[in-house]
Amino acid sequence: MERIPILRLGDYLIVTIQVDMHDRLAITLQDDLTERIVKESAKGVLIDISALDVVDSFIGRMISNTAAMAMVLDAQTVVVGMQPSVAITLVELGLTLSGVRTALNIEKGMALLKQRQPR
Amino acid sequence: MNTPEQARLADVLGQHRDTLLAEWLRLHLPVALRRGLAMEGEIREQFSAFLNIFLDTLPEANTFDWSHPEWEPVRDFLAEMSAHRARQGYTPIETATFVFSLKEPLYARLREAFSHSPAEFAEVSWKVSLLLDGFGLYTTEVFQKSRDAIIARQQEELLELSTPVVQLWEGVLALPLIGTLDSARTQVVMESLLQKIVDTGAGLAVIDITGVPTVDTLVAQHLLKTVAAARLMGADCIISGIRPQIAQTIVHLGVDLTNVTTKSTLADAFVIALQRLGATITMPKAAA
Repeated sequence: MERIPILRLGDYLIVTIQVDMHDRLAITLQDDLTERIVKESAKGVLIDISALDVVDSFIGRMISNTAAMAMVLDAQTVVVGMQPSVAITLVELGLTLSGVRTALNIEKGMALLKQRQPR
Repeated sequence: MNTPEQARLADVLGQHRDTLLAEWLRLHLPVALRRGLAMEGEIREQFSAFLNIFLDTLPEANTFDWSHPEWEPVRDFLAEMSAHRARQGYTPIETATFVFSLKEPLYARLREAFSHSPAEFAEVSWKVSLLLDGFGLYTTEVFQKSRDAIIARQQEELLELSTPVVQLWEGVLALPLIGTLDSARTQVVMESLLQKIVDTGAGLAVIDITGVPTVDTLVAQHLLKTVAAARLMGADCIISGIRPQIAQTIVHLGVDLTNVTTKSTLADAFVIALQRLGATITMPKAAA
């Protein structure tokens, strides 16, 4: 069964989405992520979508939900690497990805996570 | 060459090629020169080139139908000439009249050649008339098409021209918008802004709307879309250049700008941007 690898960098987890997401993969990712957040007391999650040329409403919703789950576990989520065409599509679709902060690249994403706002 | 009348026609006209040209020029060169849009040499060249290609194709073509593939050399010549004249500034009527004017010297020749048979003369001159009418109208069509192409290209250039994205400072971009913001331009604006954000890694974008004459709900929507898209790429937006009337319109329309910083001038917006970057601005004290 394929899984999306989750890497750890200090107190943060990094997830790079490189393949097309389907239902089972998304659920598996959410399972794995929530487990790891608890197990390693992660303070934040970085989701890297720089490899995605196309983002549909399913992935948009999946990212929003994952961020919400992480927030419940007191970990902030930052999405990085959004391509311009993807940003335009999300705006046209009206998917605001509320509750999810975004940054241009991993460096800026980590900086954002480190200036963590208190709950 | 099938019909004997076509053969006869080609024969007659071929023989009198030079006389035809001379008479055509005599009758219509002054008219063509009157506009002063082209040199005499060039105009003479056009007259003679058209006559030649017409007379050369006539014996080969088996039909008087101008749209037939056999008349393609003449159509190609006319298409090029029509586009050329459009660029020079001639009206489509002038270009079509150029073709129609060939009828006068042609009929003179034909009347002479068919003087023994008025019925045959009527038949041939009718067919030639239809042929030249077709060509004249064809030039009008080509003229239209080339004008349309020019307009389309200018529209594209306008779109390109009016959406520059400039870097004001390291990490601060400025997007001065000039003119109305419709869906097509918004698309271009969004794309250039987002690409520049990627290229420079900027975290702040100042969208200046001093040059946008009116802001209605559609324009406001487009602006907010652009702000949302930039935010998804990790850049915050400040909208500046809001005139008093625009401020009133925005409130009356109920546009929600609570998540967007707005300033009335680009200068103020720039200062805010620098402050957000953590910079402080100090002015040297004037010498006492």
